[in-house]
Amino acid sequence: MDGSTLLTSIWLLPFLTGMLIVPVGRANHQLIKKISLTGSGFNLVLIIWLTLLFAARVSLAETGVDTRYTVLYFTLNVPWFSMLNIAYNIGVDGISVLMLLLTGIVIFCGVLASWELKEQAKEFFILLNVLVGGVYGVFVSFDLFTLFLFYEVAVLPMYLLIGIWGTGDKEYSAMKLTLMLVAGSALIFAGILAMYYESGIASFDILKLSRIRFPESLQVWGFPALFIGFGLLGGLFPFHTWSPDGHASAPTAVSMLHAGVLMKLGGYGCLRVAMYLMPEGAQMWVEFFLVLVTINIVYGAFGAIRQTDLKYITAYSSVSHCGLVLFGLLAMTYVGLKGAVLQMVSHGLMTALFFALIGMIYSRTRTRQIHEMGGLMKVMPFLSVAFVIAGLTGLGLPGLSGFVAEATIFIGSFANANPINRICTVLAVLSIVISAVYIIRSANFAINGPLNEKFNALSDATLVEKLPIAILVFLICGMGILPGWIINLVNSAIEPIVNNVTR
Amino acid sequence: MTLQNCLILTLFLFAIGVYGVLTRRHLIGILLSIEIILNAANINFIAFARFTTADPTAGAIFPVFVMAVSACEMAVALAIIISMYRHRKNLDVRELEALHG
Amino acid sequence: MADLFLSYSYLVLLWPFLAFLIIGLWLGRYNRRAAGLLSVLFSGLSMVCGIGITYGYYRRVLARPHLFPDKTLLVNQFDWLNISPDLTVRMGIYLDPISVMMIVVITVIGFLVQIYSLGYMEGDEGFGRFFALLSFFAFSMLGLVVATNIFQMYVFWELVGVSSYVLISFWYHKPAAVTAGKKAFIITRFADAFFLLGIIMVGYFIGNFDFQDLNAPETAAILNKMFMVKGIGVNLLALSCLLIFAGGWGKSAMFPLHIWLPDAMEGPTPVSAIIHSATMVVAGVFLTARMFPLFAASALTLTIVQLVGAFTTLFAAVIALTQHDIKRILAYSTLSQLGYMMFSLGASQVVDNPTTAGINPLGYSASMFHIFTHAFYKCLLFLGAGAIIHTIHTNDIGRMGGLRKAMPKTYWSMLAACLAISGIFPFAGFWSKDEILLGAWQSGHYLTFGVGLLSSGITALYMFRLFFMVFHGQTTFGRQLKTEDPLMSFSIVILAIPTVVAGYFSKEIFSAYFSSPMVWAADKQLLPGHPLWLPVCANLLAVTGIIIAWYLYGRGDLSHVRLLTRRRGIGYQLVVNKLYIDELYLFVTHKIIFSYIAAPIKWFDRHIVDGAVNMVGRFLHICGTGIRLAQNGQLTVYLGATAIGIILLYVLGRLPI
Repeated sequence: MDGSTLLTSIWLLPFLTGMLIVPVGRANHQLIKKISLTGSGFNLVLIIWLTLLFAARVSLAETGVDTRYTVLYFTLNVPWFSMLNIAYNIGVDGISVLMLLLTGIVIFCGVLASWELKEQAKEFFILLNVLVGGVYGVFVSFDLFTLFLFYEVAVLPMYLLIGIWGTGDKEYSAMKLTLMLVAGSALIFAGILAMYYESGIASFDILKLSRIRFPESLQVWGFPALFIGFGLLGGLFPFHTWSPDGHASAPTAVSMLHAGVLMKLGGYGCLRVAMYLMPEGAQMWVEFFLVLVTINIVYGAFGAIRQTDLKYITAYSSVSHCGLVLFGLLAMTYVGLKGAVLQMVSHGLMTALFFALIGMIYSRTRTRQIHEMGGLMKVMPFLSVAFVIAGLTGLGLPGLSGFVAEATIFIGSFANANPINRICTVLAVLSIVISAVYIIRSANFAINGPLNEKFNALSDATLVEKLPIAILVFLICGMGILPGWIINLVNSAIEPIVNNVTR
Repeated sequence: MTLQNCLILTLFLFAIGVYGVLTRRHLIGILLSIEIILNAANINFIAFARFTTADPTAGAIFPVFVMAVSACEMAVALAIIISMYRHRKNLDVRELEALHG
Repeated sequence: MADLFLSYSYLVLLWPFLAFLIIGLWLGRYNRRAAGLLSVLFSGLSMVCGIGITYGYYRRVLARPHLFPDKTLLVNQFDWLNISPDLTVRMGIYLDPISVMMIVVITVIGFLVQIYSLGYMEGDEGFGRFFALLSFFAFSMLGLVVATNIFQMYVFWELVGVSSYVLISFWYHKPAAVTAGKKAFIITRFADAFFLLGIIMVGYFIGNFDFQDLNAPETAAILNKMFMVKGIGVNLLALSCLLIFAGGWGKSAMFPLHIWLPDAMEGPTPVSAIIHSATMVVAGVFLTARMFPLFAASALTLTIVQLVGAFTTLFAAVIALTQHDIKRILAYSTLSQLGYMMFSLGASQVVDNPTTAGINPLGYSASMFHIFTHAFYKCLLFLGAGAIIHTIHTNDIGRMGGLRKAMPKTYWSMLAACLAISGIFPFAGFWSKDEILLGAWQSGHYLTFGVGLLSSGITALYMFRLFFMVFHGQTTFGRQLKTEDPLMSFSIVILAIPTVVAGYFSKEIFSAYFSSPMVWAADKQLLPGHPLWLPVCANLLAVTGIIIAWYLYGRGDLSHVRLLTRRRGIGYQLVVNKLYIDELYLFVTHKIIFSYIAAPIKWFDRHIVDGAVNMVGRFLHICGTGIRLAQNGQLTVYLGATAIGIILLYVLGRLPI
């Protein structure tokens, strides 16, 4: 199978899996889950294969590559709607490969983590697969129209997934999340159409558009429209409020996927569409957004300090950490961008782990309030240790993935000589102390302390539950201890983007 | 008798019909008003056929169609109205607000 | 042979790491006894490697000074994190006199403490976990001291911090332990954030993290410029040095970031012995020493180092006088001793004498010497305290007394350690403290010198207060006490040997090799010599302290103490309550951060930001309701509106606009 076929099958496979589930009887939960697991597992194998192929190609092409322009691998460009120049234009660079890998891992673990799902499993897994198919589609598309199409496919099933299988005030959260994200989509679509018409070549091709210098009058509103549109999904302050409610209401696998992967679509879009295509606009707006994003980081961390619901704490920490992704992007330096990409991966793994653990703990204790827990280390050591590891990743402990990403972002951001960058970097670095406060606080309340007698009889994770946790912990440690392999993947992709952004 | 006279007549008839449709509270009354509007149109057809074209048959055929269709329409409408009356014991349109938003 | 040890020197880290993995992932849950033994075995292997490295280093480097003028050897380096093409973080092993000294201290003490823990933790539920974490600590601490660059140091610095956190809150069901762990972690983390900032800053301006580059004279020259921030000039050199020093400030628990250390005593005693006295807390001093050539270029930095160190020395010694928890007294004494090490580094800057301007190398070597001797006797003190607590199950020295008979081995070893910490000739502490005082005096910092001298007297007083209250006086426990655990006394007795002799025998080594490649070194000839009155004076003060302690506490008659403390003045209250610094912190964290920052932000987020979103929703809802009114379901109204609409359109279309 050549590379482009592989790419097509990667995004197609979840849809096929979803279709395979359709004829299965509603009550046959085991079969549904097995189909989903096989589908996502097989897809993960395909993605790993792709990654290996990609790594081989990149190391072959190490020398003599033109670093001015993005080089795509495994491309396929078939006209789809030729009247409007819409094409099925796929390909990958290092960032996309990494994102695909992250998605594959998170969904595989997500399916395992929702093994205990009882109600309406059929519909749940169909929607989940559709959603993942959309996410894969975004990461392989290099045509703005198809990218947007996949983006919508990825965002909309969220409404049903939260509204039906959620907990708490789920209808409200689902509605809020969907409406806010759709409002973002409207901004994105406006930006895309403006570029389509202003480019003069009536094309949706990202690579072609990246070589065009759009007039400043377009960029001055186009960039913020795109950046806010995608940033909404990336948890940009003050448009982040869907995130705490949405994550708190969503079922485990959806939280994992949403915080782990979908929020990365925001950062990915900001990078690939907003900044890459409108660099001059980015230069105009960078200081404004930098301040906004710094508020994001500090504010998210402070917001998490006073929360008492584990999911809210994690959701606010996601706001803070996704702020770091955007912060790295806005550093506009090679190191900063690289840090942002690393942070996407690291945060994806970390929140997936967090939400998986919270789901498992909740299914036992039936509460997510940290005050009502306590001493869980005694009854569920495996989950508790994993929780502490996830927490330590969040506060940027070296040896775990978070530190590699955060340190790279800070170094990259400090390298930008603009005083505002420097000041924001100082604030962002100091915010890691606040992260430490809320993480240690929640760990101390939930995991440590005297055991609540109610929980005496609770059991530790089952084998099916241990598997996703072990995979995620292993990858987090792997990325933290030996970051080299991930960095080698993205190195080649970052440079052309930086060159374009700072042109 | 000129075209103008005919048109004035139909204008009055049409206006009476519209007024009836808008103000009648009883469904049967509205139905009758619609009938008046249709007939105003019919007269228009015939008048134009009589005064302006060389061959008046083409214009005269239309009222026949209209009358046929309106007869069917009346039949259906009356059937609906009767079933509605049986159902609700009332034909006041102000009470019939199922389309209320 | 020597080269073999050097080329496999990473093994010294690898053994404890392997022990951590094996015990943590598997063995600890299945066979506790085997886990403990494995951990001891691996730490023993690590000690063998450590001693092998010392031997190899001596043969390769110290024996050939012409080949290695800066006495530095880098082995086992590899690229770890490729940040950008011009900035790569490497990991490796950096051998120079101070790191080799630290390797020896950590592996030897680590080995002894592990043996001790076999006895101390016997029957504890988390036996396996304890050894896994202790091994992990040894790994991270070794990684810290052998770091070749400041980034690597930061990596292991944080790992050390987290192992300290998990070990302090080792008994996670005890709320006090959990809170203490939290406090320790967050305070050191607070300091580390500045440290990280400093690293990022020097990394950016120098383009490299390697210690050899950072300590080069050119680096100081590059950094020594003003940096304008919004019109305020900041000296970049001083700023980056102070930021880096901030890390050491927190880790070495200098005032006012010291409050975590006394609380950290909630952890198991072996942990207090190795982490919170002998090795981890000296990491801050170690960092200052490692960056010393750079710090030395910035007079402001050294002054601050000196002031902070000197103040902590006196402050902690005074507080130690009034405490009643045996481990807390030791913790304050650790603080005080760390203060000695710190101010010794800071006070090496020669003042007030234009002919001898520069750095007095004695300050540096004395500080390192004190790390070395302090590690042994302080570890011994903690292990002894642990043995006592293990036997009588209380921490309160007021409830102890007359343990001399029951625990003879502990008694004699503790006596040696108390004499050593008081600086009595010829115990280990005497030699290093003497050099520290001499260094301060030579460099002309008379105030600091005075503080050091006074503190050494107070040290003798509070240590012997503890000693007499624990071992002398009335026996409150009869003969029913169990005998000393052989494993525990083994470690204690072994440690007593270096406590007695380490100073005398290693004095020459330190003065010969620990004079760091000092660029700004002052001419040794021009500095004053070693006056005989100095050690005599210090010893007299210490003996006075011991005699006062004997008079007050040693005779089994506490009436004088009661007399002294009856009229509790404001000063006494302040000291007993540790100057209310904990309360101040509580105020800052709870009141200011929680109530005045986090709570408003939470409110703001729920009501303003989220409220705005809901407002948008509500606005749309209101619009919808308005439109809904027009939709009243009356067909006639629709029809009328249509008719009027058509007419309006017609008219509007004809308007002559």
